[in-house]
Parts: sequence; structure tokens; C-alpha cells
Amino acid sequence: MLRFIVRRIVGMVLVLFVVSILVFLIFNVIPNSPPAQRLAGKNATPTLVKSIEEEWGFDEPLPVQYTTMMKKVFNGELIQYSPRIPVDDRIKEGIPATLSLSIGAGIIWLSLGLLLGYLSAIRAGGWLDRMLTGLAVAGISIPVFLLAPVLIYFLTYKLEIFPNGGYVGLTEDPWGWLQHMILPWFTLAVLSIGFYSRVLRSNMLDVMNEDYVRTARAKGLSERKVMTRHVLRNSLIPITTLFGLDFGATIAGTAIITEVLFNIEGIGSYAAESIGKLELPPIMGITLYGAFFVVFINALVDIAYAYLDPRVRLGSTAR
Amino acid sequence: MNSTNRDVAPAEPDAGSAGYGPWRLALRRFLRNRVAVAFLILFFLIVLFVLAAPLWANHVAHTGPNEGHTLEKLHVNGEVREVVTPEGKPIGPQLFEAEGKFFLGADSRLGRDEMVRLMYGGRTSLLIGVISGLITTLLAVVLGLLAGYYKGWVDAVIARTLDVLWSLPVLLFGIAIGTSLALGGVSIGPIHIEGGSIWVPILIISIFYTPYVARPIRGEVLSLGEKEFVEAAIAQGAGPLRVMFGELLPNLASTIVVFFALNIANNMLFEAALSFLGAGVQPPNSSWGTMITVGEELLTTQPLLAIIPGVMIMLTVLSLNIVGDGLRDALDPRSKVRLEAHAGMTEPQGAAV
Repeated sequence: MLRFIVRRIVGMVLVLFVVSILVFLIFNVIPNSPPAQRLAGKNATPTLVKSIEEEWGFDEPLPVQYTTMMKKVFNGELIQYSPRIPVDDRIKEGIPATLSLSIGAGIIWLSLGLLLGYLSAIRAGGWLDRMLTGLAVAGISIPVFLLAPVLIYFLTYKLEIFPNGGYVGLTEDPWGWLQHMILPWFTLAVLSIGFYSRVLRSNMLDVMNEDYVRTARAKGLSERKVMTRHVLRNSLIPITTLFGLDFGATIAGTAIITEVLFNIEGIGSYAAESIGKLELPPIMGITLYGAFFVVFINALVDIAYAYLDPRVRLGSTAR
Repeated sequence: MNSTNRDVAPAEPDAGSAGYGPWRLALRRFLRNRVAVAFLILFFLIVLFVLAAPLWANHVAHTGPNEGHTLEKLHVNGEVREVVTPEGKPIGPQLFEAEGKFFLGADSRLGRDEMVRLMYGGRTSLLIGVISGLITTLLAVVLGLLAGYYKGWVDAVIARTLDVLWSLPVLLFGIAIGTSLALGGVSIGPIHIEGGSIWVPILIISIFYTPYVARPIRGEVLSLGEKEFVEAAIAQGAGPLRVMFGELLPNLASTIVVFFALNIANNMLFEAALSFLGAGVQPPNSSWGTMITVGEELLTTQPLLAIIPGVMIMLTVLSLNIVGDGLRDALDPRSKVRLEAHAGMTEPQGAAV
């Protein structure tokens, strides 16, 4: 197990390095225009551009430029230029909202997905089963930017059930926080529920054919015990991997769009605001941190998977 | 929806219908899948709809997609309607009352014809989806063939690169490239891409979605490589190119067709997300994604402006997904991996829906 962990962490560090190189290339090397001009933003004064050029050392060789950039990112010296605010401060402000949204949605889609998947596996072919197939297909076809406007229009403006967007801190006003988060949570979660229940269902149907399930039945365990203790437990292993990957991908993906749609002042909204102003330092910071977070989560998931399923760490091919 | 999977599932007595080629049989199986055929027709209707954009713009609406009509007035049934009210509220859907002008109303305080923008925007969205689908498929097939045929270090390099690319947050990197190229664009050798051009999103999508197609193709090449016909070809003196493109490629055809359909669907969703955030198609050009951004500001008064482009995206993506699933059923009835493979979970562990 230790060997697996070490190998996986070395792999992670390598990927992190590749990620930082990629971000460096994307922002400072590949585009045609001078990098200082782009970092300064749309309406920058020549003096600002000049100072950025010196600060970032754009006349130095590329490896030196790369180290300067990474130093700036990790010392929190990345600055957005109009108005002049450290990028880290804005990102820190956005973290609670972004985490509230993603964690809440994750809990909802995982618990409902598992519950419905379990129920549809015990009664494979029933109406619930058919409905979930439909929901799974819908889930990969309906974009959040369709679902959110429809929900906001009907539930917020027409029926006035939910407050109109925004974010209220959990510590300031727990009830207001809940009211503001319910709709975004469901928007983000509902499309994954069908998919998760399908995956759990097919895993369970596979596991039900295993010999140890027959053994469990043969030794006289109750059907309920067979299902929960043997079938469900073994079917959950692949789900941990899937959930970890999806959770990382959601924070760095769909959550951004959902935040914009619901006016939640999280990191995603900050990214969108910076795109609008063509302000590159925040996007550089968010891309790097986001990618680091995702790569880190993926490594964590692999380690958890190896812990849960010894076959993985004994096999020579580490994913 | 369920019938997509169910109707075709039982193995057919294919052996009895001798004389038909595999493609003919697949076509027969596909045509028997009513849901898939219905959605294929829907997809063609959507393509016709966006292709008809210039016809509608020139002969019915008499305006272009980016032309504003802020101060103009419409004369409908004897009454005068302003395209944009002094408060900035655009006119609602007129259907045929104004002879087809402002069929779906105006898009914003700029007073552009929503219907015309929807048709031209759909062209952009579909074009980006299809072109990046073609590039992705080409890249994926070449990489998959190279990795699967040469194995060894070639495979190691390609597979690891795909793995790293696959594990990156696609949307964040899309945003990063989109905004970074917005000023000045990029030059790849002799090709120069301008900042606002649709080639920027196409480039982003093609690069980041290649692993999703290349990984399964590589896997299939690896397993095909073990088969006797490859050995026979090599024994007859076939070189690497002939084995890869003459022997292996034809056997990949059905996989490629299926993934192409699913890939276009994913590309369109990604393009819409990028454009929605402002890092994809740039104004004044429209795509279904940018139209949602514009429409969202008027959600309280004109909800359809945000909802209609979203519905168009959904219908297109849904039809491609269902057709792709139907194709998979028809081309390879034994295939167990369906929805899961599509959502990127290409590992065989959780297959079989």
C-alpha cells in the first residue's frame, strides 16, 4: 500500500508540473500579442504595461520567466490590475460560496443517486428503472444554462418560492443560506442523479452474479442482508472513484456556470467577471489552483480506491 | 427512452440473412429502432433550420443577424409597435403578425431579430461542433492507431499524454486559452488565428476532447492487434501503414461512427459553456451559448430569449446522443458499454447498462 501511495504521489507531482508548464505556455508564450499587454488588461496605460513587463521579467529567458510566474502565484503576489487587488484575496472571498454550492450539490446527487439506483436494481425492469434511464439520458443532454433559467423564471419570479440569487454566508444567517442554496444545489445535482443511479444499478446487477453472493444466499442470510452487506458494499467501490473525479470536475466546471446563473459570488463568478473584463491574472490564478485541486483530488481518489479494493494496488498498472 | 436499449438488445438471427453486408444489416437494425430514427429526423430538421438562415433573413425577416433596429417601429394590424421601448424592453414574439419580422421578438435593447440570430447562431454552434468533431476524430484515430500498433514506448508516451490531458479541468483550460488568445490570437506555423475567430473555440475543443475518443480507440486497437488477420497481413509482408490503415482502420469504423456522433454532442455543450462565459464565440456574432448570456439579463420580462436557445442546444445534443446510442446498438449489438462510456467512464469496470 505504501509503495502504491508513493508511486501515485510522484505521479501527481509530475502532473502538477506539467499543468504549471501548460498554464505558463498558454498565458505567456503561445499568444501573438506581448504578454505584459495582455496581463495589464483592456484599457491599460503604457506605464502600467511597462511596470508589469519589468515585474514579470518578460525580457528574460523562458525558464526564468516560468520561475518568476510560479513564485508570484505561490507567494500570493498575483494581482488584478483594474482595480488593483491581490487575486488571492478575491479567491479566498469566493471559497465559502463555491464550496457550499459544490459540496451541497455533491451530497444531494450522491445520496439520491445511490438511493434510486439501489431501488431500481432490486426491481430491475420496473417503472423506476425506466424513468431513471430517461433521467440519465436527459442528464447528459440538458445543459445547466437551460435548466437554471427555467427554474429561476418559474420558481423565483412566478411562484416566488425561492429568493432571487445571491449568496448568504452560512455563519451569518443559516436559514437564509439554505434558502439561497436549494435551487442552485438541485440545478447542479439533478442532472447527475440519473447517471449515478444507472452506474450503481449496473454495478449491483454485475455483483449479484458473483459467486460470493450465491454463497451468502446459500448460507441462509436474509435477502436484505445479502443486498446491503455483500452486493451494495462491493458495488460502491467504483462509485467512490467516479464521485471523486466528478466532484473535482464539477468545482472546476459546471459549478462556474451555475454560480454565474444564480449570481453566487464564488470563484466561478470571479472567473466570469474577469473574462468579461479580459483580466488575465485572476484567470491564470484560478486555472492553476483549479487544476491543482482537481489533480490532487484525483490522486486522493486513486489512493482511496486502492485502499478499498486491494486488487488495484496489487496489479502492476497504476491508473 | 428505454426502448433505445431494449428493442435491439436480443441478438438477431443474422446468420440466416446471408448475402447482406454488415453495414446493410446494421442499417436494418438501426431503422427498426424507432426512437433513434425519430431523433435522427429531428437532427436533420435542425440542420435544415440553420441552413435556411440566409433564406429567412433575406426573404422573410429582411435583416441580418447583427443588425440593430432599436429606434424602428413595426406596423401590425393598424397599430404601431416599437421594437425596443424607451425603457429598453425588446418586443416579444410576433410570429407571422409582422409578416415574419421579429418572429421570436427582438433580442435585447439592440433590437436584433431573435429568430435570425437563432438560425445564424445555430450555424455557428453546429459548425464548431462538427469541425471540432472531425479534428478530434482524426487526431484520436491516428494517435490510437499509433499507440495500439507500435505499443512499447510510443504507446507509453501517447497514453500518458492522453491521461494527463484527460485529468485536466477542461472548462478552466478552455477559459484560459480563450481569454489569453482574445487579444492578438495565435500563429501555428503558417496558420494565423485571430482572437475573435471561431477557430479559437474549435482549437480548444479539439485538443481537450481528443482523449475521450482516443483512449477507447487505443484500447480497441490493442485488442484487435491480437487477432489472426493482423498476424496474417504481417506474414504476407504488409508494412506498418498498411496494417494500420488497411487492416485495423476498417475494423474501427463502427466505433468511430458512434463516437463521432457522441463527440459532436459533447463539443456543442462545451462550446455553449465557453460562449456563455464569454470565452468562446465573440460578439457581435451569435452562437446558442452567447444568446443565453444576452437573454438571461431579460429573464423576468422576456424569459423565452434565454430559454429558446437553451432548448435548441438540448434538442440537438439529445438527438445526437440518442442517435449515437442507436448506432452503437445497430453496429455492435454485443456492446455492453453505453451511457457510461459516453460520459467519459471508459474503464470497463462499470459497464453494462
